[in-house]
Amino acid sequence: MPENISIRIDGEYVPAQEGQTILEVARAGGKYIPTLCYLAGTSSVGACRLCIVEVSGVGRLLPACTTPVQDGMSVTTNSEKLKQYRKIAVEFLFSERNHVCAVCVSNNHCELQAMAQKLGVTSVRYPYAYPKLGVDVSHPRYVLDHNRCILCTRCVRVCTEVEGAHVWDVSSRGIRSMIICDMNRPWAQASSCTNCGKCVQVCPTGALAEKGFAVDEMVKKDHNMTRLAARRGGHS
Amino acid sequence: MKKVRLATVWLDGCSGCHMSLLDIDEAILAIAKRVDVVYGPLVDAQEFPKAVDVTLIEGAVSSQDDLEKVHTIRRWSKLVVALGDCAVTGNVPSMRNSHPARKMLECIYVDRVQANRGVPADGVPALLRHAVPVHEVIKVDLHIPGCPPAPASIAWVLGELLDGRMPELASKVKFG
Repeated sequence: MPENISIRIDGEYVPAQEGQTILEVARAGGKYIPTLCYLAGTSSVGACRLCIVEVSGVGRLLPACTTPVQDGMSVTTNSEKLKQYRKIAVEFLFSERNHVCAVCVSNNHCELQAMAQKLGVTSVRYPYAYPKLGVDVSHPRYVLDHNRCILCTRCVRVCTEVEGAHVWDVSSRGIRSMIICDMNRPWAQASSCTNCGKCVQVCPTGALAEKGFAVDEMVKKDHNMTRLAARRGGHS
Repeated sequence: MKKVRLATVWLDGCSGCHMSLLDIDEAILAIAKRVDVVYGPLVDAQEFPKAVDVTLIEGAVSSQDDLEKVHTIRRWSKLVVALGDCAVTGNVPSMRNSHPARKMLECIYVDRVQANRGVPADGVPALLRHAVPVHEVIKVDLHIPGCPPAPASIAWVLGELLDGRMPELASKVKFG
């Protein structure tokens, strides 16, 4: 049995168990911490940096989704400093790729767009990178548009950990990082892909979408994935 | 009461933001009483006037002409508002930025046409390398994202500005 411990979140004592992350404990305690890359039922990677929190005694901000709780820990989930850094994180995501909400299949159903609104981001203070990126339309049913990808790796994790196919991976490093399919082949030639569409449904933006939808029309159904993952057990 | 001098400018955009501005229903009556529209596509003035209180800019900064305009606007405007996604993020006009402007023009006006081939040069300003949001060129005091921004957001912002308050938009608006 994991040991019961107690931590403080925003001044309130919250029950926790050893091995849980700050995010799990906060969510269970009804505390809101914004997330983008987090996907319930799969492992956490701390890619998006939106769930950063302040832990007293620690000089830097820590991602709540990958930081395990410790007895006596005191966590701040919302402060002016955190608001500022979360805004910066979202603005970086917008500036790195070519996100054009107005012409996106996921417009109005996009987690990145919704997060920007929630955090009060009304403009991006950093110069846009305008990278030249491809769109993989080879798959008969789905599209991968790198212009809209935020490298959250939800697709990688759901494919590996829930579907068990491991079609997706991340190639290169830093700003050149790209989601790739079966050792960097066009999606249609990925022999490991089962065409299940889990990656499409959990993608927070319009990077992965079903074909045949116009602007505004792609509504993701990711709750099924969370349920599937929960039935599988493993990660909570 | 002295009227507020309001200018509106249409750069690289579709004029949808101006339509949204005209779409604020009866609110436009109250606003019209309190402002003088001194420049923009809705009035006749040919030159950007001196001493403007508020300038609403629609569209991205995309050409040499846009670039000169925004500098003039900033010089003579007390308050510059980026109206809509093109002015705020670059939006659709910025979708050309991943490709060289010259190649794009040749693709449209040479490679894909049968008659009158040739990139237009007479009477049109040269394109900049990138179509960029207004705040990458000049200081912008207020951003109203949206494609187009909701008429209600525009009416509220104008109302607040006319009452002498700086509107805090934060989560009231969104991209797209």
